Amino acid sequence: MPMNDAATENIAIRMENISKAFGAVKANENVSFSARAGEIHALLGENGAGKSTLMNMLSGIYLPDGGSIYVWGEKTSFASPGEAIKRGIGMIHQHFKLVDALTARDNIIIGPGGGLFMNKKELTKKIRAISDRYGLDVNPDRKVYDMSVGEKQTLEIIKVLYRGARILIMDEPTAVLTPQEITRLFQVTRNMREQGCAIIIITHKLNEVMEISDRITVLRKGASVATVETAKTSVGPLIEMMVGKRMDLGIARPSFQGGRVILSLDNVTVAGGEKKSALDGVSFDLSEGEILGVAGVAGSGQKELCETIAGLAAADKGRIFFDGGNILGKSPRDIIKLGIRMGFIPEDRLGMGLVASMDIVHNLVLKDYQQQPGFVLRRRPCVEKAHKIVRRLEIQTPDVSTPVRKLSGGNIQKVLLGREMDSDPRVLITAYPVRGLDIGASYKIYDLLNEQKSKGVAIIFVGEDLDVLLALCDRILVLCGGKITGVVNARETTKEELGLMMTGARQAATGGATGAGEAEAAGREGRGVAGESRRRPS
Amino acid sequence: MSLLRVSKRAELPQGRVALIRTAAVLLSLAAAAAALAAFGLNPLDIYGAIVEGAFGTGMRARQTVIKAVPLIITSLGILVAFKMKFWNIGGEGQIMAGAFAAAYVALYHGDLPRPLLLPLMALAGMAMGGVWALIPGLFKAKLGTNETIFTLMMNYIAIKFVEYLQFGPWKDPEAGGFPKIAIFPENAVLPNILGVHAGWVVALAAVAAVHLFMNHTKKGFEISVVGESAETARYAGMNITGVIVAAMLASGGLCGLTGMIQASAIDKTLGVGLSANYGFTAIITAWLARLNAVALLFVCVAFAVLLQGSAYIQLAMKVPAAVAGVVQGIILFFVLGSEFFLQYKVSRKGRV
Repeated sequence: MPMNDAATENIAIRMENISKAFGAVKANENVSFSARAGEIHALLGENGAGKSTLMNMLSGIYLPDGGSIYVWGEKTSFASPGEAIKRGIGMIHQHFKLVDALTARDNIIIGPGGGLFMNKKELTKKIRAISDRYGLDVNPDRKVYDMSVGEKQTLEIIKVLYRGARILIMDEPTAVLTPQEITRLFQVTRNMREQGCAIIIITHKLNEVMEISDRITVLRKGASVATVETAKTSVGPLIEMMVGKRMDLGIARPSFQGGRVILSLDNVTVAGGEKKSALDGVSFDLSEGEILGVAGVAGSGQKELCETIAGLAAADKGRIFFDGGNILGKSPRDIIKLGIRMGFIPEDRLGMGLVASMDIVHNLVLKDYQQQPGFVLRRRPCVEKAHKIVRRLEIQTPDVSTPVRKLSGGNIQKVLLGREMDSDPRVLITAYPVRGLDIGASYKIYDLLNEQKSKGVAIIFVGEDLDVLLALCDRILVLCGGKITGVVNARETTKEELGLMMTGARQAATGGATGAGEAEAAGREGRGVAGESRRRPS
Repeated sequence: MSLLRVSKRAELPQGRVALIRTAAVLLSLAAAAAALAAFGLNPLDIYGAIVEGAFGTGMRARQTVIKAVPLIITSLGILVAFKMKFWNIGGEGQIMAGAFAAAYVALYHGDLPRPLLLPLMALAGMAMGGVWALIPGLFKAKLGTNETIFTLMMNYIAIKFVEYLQFGPWKDPEAGGFPKIAIFPENAVLPNILGVHAGWVVALAAVAAVHLFMNHTKKGFEISVVGESAETARYAGMNITGVIVAAMLASGGLCGLTGMIQASAIDKTLGVGLSANYGFTAIITAWLARLNAVALLFVCVAFAVLLQGSAYIQLAMKVPAAVAGVVQGIILFFVLGSEFFLQYKVSRKGRV
């Protein structure tokens, strides 16, 4: 039943009482949401609040179990993303859906909406027109594999605009961008708003919401909590709506007492694919009782850095000293046998750190069983330990014999962290330890890391949220294309400075010597960058 | 657009799972009954005859056990490999390889005393079956080859090799020109225990051994972890190649043991028909038992009942072999099909 009166005309999208369940999990329950033309509408909520599910129904990926969707006042249902794009709804996913081997132009024409034969010149003209109109910038002849993350995102935006989208959904668009790229993205978004588009941004980052949006809809546990005007609210009430209770979002940073160097990397180089090095001449020192943050655009060598130290990836060159002894080239098995106490929280928790189908006890056994004598696997010693960890970390689980895959993301991470902390590590490597966790669980993790720091554990914290890195760490090491572009004092640096180093546009002039204040350590810090003032074109 | 929608379901409570499985078995019997009725047969007679055929007399019950033994041991072998998510489709070949090695010992060292000869045959069979499974295992570990195709192909190599022996070098000159391998000497034949060849004791011991191995040893734990995620295994400092070697030696070794038992106790010689599809049937039984060694024992016995009962109705009721095949097929279809309904639910397309 089309409704064309003046009041609804401006409403681009209206979703009423939408429900969607995945098995027993009710991802959305009676969610109502609407977005107007010419507004930037933020969809705010913690991980698992149901934001992406709701938007996936709007873009035709999922079919709602119940509820109605109105587009420009007309009741609609989409069986596929193709039907959604025909109605002018385009989604820019967090993980880009581009063909690496093709040019920007080819990526734009493939898929629904593109004809079989296209006039290249005509198309280039059309792309230019869209680019100029919204202030987007992409070279149509550039291959996707040559593009930076920011360029790929720009291309995704052009792609949906080319297909005629007037309603754009962006899923966590800033997650992989540097601060400078975020500024540019926001400008483009504002341009689209001026042109009368409706833009929906899915995010959990409050400061960005406050900066860019006109209105905010908050989801919590699959239900819509409220829709508010950004100008009339502030961060505090938004957190309360997201979490359901008041929270103090300050991160504590116990002062660095100064400790001796426990881990030292010297010119570590790891080969990557396609002639490039995944890690290129990386050198730094890590002291006991220090949290060293690692920042960088995704895929800048963070994974290789962690895995090389942990003995999981082979290095081509260099040395890694753990308490004076070189451990480079040693496998995880060797490292365990040498009695080196090093904890590692990998990025892929269920794919690497834990066995998803096994219970908490067996996941504790995983790191323990090699020390057991004989052939027989003893479970009992770990049962007691499991109870202890569950109690200490307040893990929500029916039982220690519950498979870890049945736990929530935060509790899964706590099992992993609990196990690694239980081995009484001297070095703790954590890769994106709060990714996917809700705010409460994230703060619990920060507290636990600080507790370890106070005990004198040396911690490497690979993170993606610069605000967190700045608040939690003592020093921040920035990786760009496998090279260290700076090691800076987290108390003194800024997001902008980190952003420039992340893109390689700038390298820290000090070479990071401002670090933890340890004179001996400072002398060796940043060897990878000292004297390397060469600027790369950005 | 289809009218039905399939969506993943939440994990069901144990009771519901048991209910769905039982319902599947009952439904399959009802459906098979309908099929039998359509053939003009009385389903109750047929079902009665199957039970009668499997347990009716001491002899028939012994036949059922004889059919269960190779199925149990082979399924255990498949279980070990499947736990590692190594899709061993090569049970047939590993049975053959084991039978070949056992036959070699029996034919060339048949003069050894029985207490020495039989264990030697078993060891040779297990070693050869293990090697036969290890070859694709090593290729997978080192070169990342696809084990499904590889193990399948290894079947044909083993079977054709035995055929070559049968028609060529091992052809029995006293068989009057028939392409047969000589009958094993008396010493090389498994003795009977309680009326059935000793294989049933081996099978029960193997169930206990595999159960303990998979659940209470470090190696068994490592096999499960590698199956779940090789990355996790590496992270935990496991020697993955070592785990694959151990698992494949165990998997192929068990299949090889089946080969030895069948050659020694049933055929009393080596022949191409020896594996009798146990290597493939075992995939179904291992899967139906959800890779649990104890459940596997019951599944295999149920299967043997079906096999033996079907063989009986052909003779007793004068129905064609195809009828038994239809009953078997319908039961499998329902039981395996019920797994789908345990994982997914089907609903009418929602109104949007």
